[in-house]
Amino acid sequence: MAIDVHLWWIGADAANDRLMESSCASVEHVFRARTRVYHSTDRPLHAFDVRRQQHSSTTILKWLVSRGHPGGRIVAMTDVDLFIPVLTFVYGEAQLGGTAAVVSTARLLADSGSPRPTSLFDERVVKECIHELGHTFGLLHCDTPGCVMTRSVNVIEVDAKRTALCEDCAIRYREFRQKDGHHE
Amino acid sequence: MSKERTRILVVDDEEIVRESLSGWLEKDGYTLATAQDGPSALEKVKRERWSILLVDLKMPGMDGLHVLEATKQIQADVAVVIMTAYATVETAVEAMKAGAYDYLVKPFDPEELSLMMEKIVAQQQLVRENVLLRKVLKRDYRFRDFISKSSAMQKVFDVARSAARSQSTVLILGESGTGKELAARAIHAESPRHGAPFVAVSCAALTETLLESELFGHEKGSFTGAFARRKGKFESAHGGTLFLDEIGDISPKLQLDLLRVLEDRTFCRVGGSEPVEVDVRIVAATNRDLRKAVDEGQFRDDLFYRLNVIPILLPPLRDRREDIPLLVEHFLEHLNVETSRHIDGISSEALALLMRHDWPGNVRELRNVLERGMVVAQGSLIMPEDLGLMPSQRQPNAFDMGLTLDEVEHRHVAAVLRHAGGNVTQAARLLDIDRVTLYNKIKKYGLRRTEEHVGVDS
Repeated sequence: MAIDVHLWWIGADAANDRLMESSCASVEHVFRARTRVYHSTDRPLHAFDVRRQQHSSTTILKWLVSRGHPGGRIVAMTDVDLFIPVLTFVYGEAQLGGTAAVVSTARLLADSGSPRPTSLFDERVVKECIHELGHTFGLLHCDTPGCVMTRSVNVIEVDAKRTALCEDCAIRYREFRQKDGHHE
Repeated sequence: MSKERTRILVVDDEEIVRESLSGWLEKDGYTLATAQDGPSALEKVKRERWSILLVDLKMPGMDGLHVLEATKQIQADVAVVIMTAYATVETAVEAMKAGAYDYLVKPFDPEELSLMMEKIVAQQQLVRENVLLRKVLKRDYRFRDFISKSSAMQKVFDVARSAARSQSTVLILGESGTGKELAARAIHAESPRHGAPFVAVSCAALTETLLESELFGHEKGSFTGAFARRKGKFESAHGGTLFLDEIGDISPKLQLDLLRVLEDRTFCRVGGSEPVEVDVRIVAATNRDLRKAVDEGQFRDDLFYRLNVIPILLPPLRDRREDIPLLVEHFLEHLNVETSRHIDGISSEALALLMRHDWPGNVRELRNVLERGMVVAQGSLIMPEDLGLMPSQRQPNAFDMGLTLDEVEHRHVAAVLRHAGGNVTQAARLLDIDRVTLYNKIKKYGLRRTEEHVGVDS
């Protein structure tokens, strides 16, 4: 049975449909999941921190879980800048082995060669979606160069990743799915 | 080391900080735990081993610097990173002085945190590897209490290991101070006889009659003063190993007696006629050229061939200078335990001086020089002038009209012994007297005890 993954735009601006579709396609390909774009106008406005002028990714995750999303995994995508209390920013956050993840596009436009979203930007967003979703399947950061699960703390590192799991992470993902009662 | 073996403790009074930081690091594969205040953090430090502590500076009750200091008392090798929201030069300096690995200003850049963790893990891994490699290195360079990386000594170790497994008689040759008794003890310890006694006899220290009685024992009334039957060293070593040191110095009569025991494995006690059967493995040693002694008719050729079944030649220290740094480290480690002093090591200039020295007294002399260096050293490092090897350090011979002949002799014997690094054979040669005479003088002036406890072999 394929696992359900919902992608939900919770950003300030309108959703980028092209980006949502390409993210769905890549997630389906990497995780052999059934993906769907979830539409709702609800926004976690309380996650905004006035002092830092950023949104708390941890608060967003709690909000996603508490409001009861449509089942399976949910990846919230936003254009606002995210933070966790000790760090200046995060590209995203996920519940390790949980159900929710959030990804921000705010810093992925940097050094892409254009002030407007390009295919490089799309690729970065897709990689971060797959990366955060991977954490919900229990995958940790990987040391294999090019694996989408390698930790990236700047766009150069994001660009160095492929939109795919390495062999070891793919095995761990299959094991997780089997334990979870899902079969491909 | 794999990341899950890196154990990180996050100490912060704010739950959201503990959660987010541990959640972030957990995804790197580290093993995480949290503590909400100083006392509970220290409880965890007392109970378990940690690789890294991330500690908030400002916490109610016990602040981060106190946690840092107390942690270092319990686990000195843990890397403590202080986190602070208000970084000042003062707090940074204070943290570093107290032994912090580094400090982070909240909120910190993800890249900064990530790189710092990787750096700490890599450094700790290097330290662990270093410790492990040193252990492996020492094990490879060791044969019991011997340490050497020289190829000549490695060959000696190989022969000694094979000799240990056999029952054959071993003849150890080498200058004084090269470790002949140590080699004999190592062979015994590695042999199937290791559970039985190892008995050592210095053949040069006794007169012929005394040595005969010492080796074979005597019957009651066999000579004046023999009030009771006494077992000799051969009997004491039954089942084990008898180490006959300075075998080249025994008299022709004793050479013949020994030859008989080696051939028949039986002997009679002095004054007795009953043959005593023993199972003893003989390891003999000498610093003399026995073959030359045979040629000159001073040593029986048949006894020489009986003894020379497995010859082991210990090279002098000047022929294996590459071992000096290894031996220095080894002796300093031991001397730090034996003496109340603590010395971190030896300066490179002092080591260079040791490398240049000719070491007439061999390894024993090196040990004595280092012991002196430890006693004299003012700081935590032994400096060249502490070793007593520099020409300017040598005392000129004083001419003192107030000294008696005995006092002059006492001083001279002590000085020559010191010069020979406690090496009796060499000192006897320098003084042009035989060793029995020198032993008597050592005893007379109470010098022996001082020299004996620093000896590597006799």
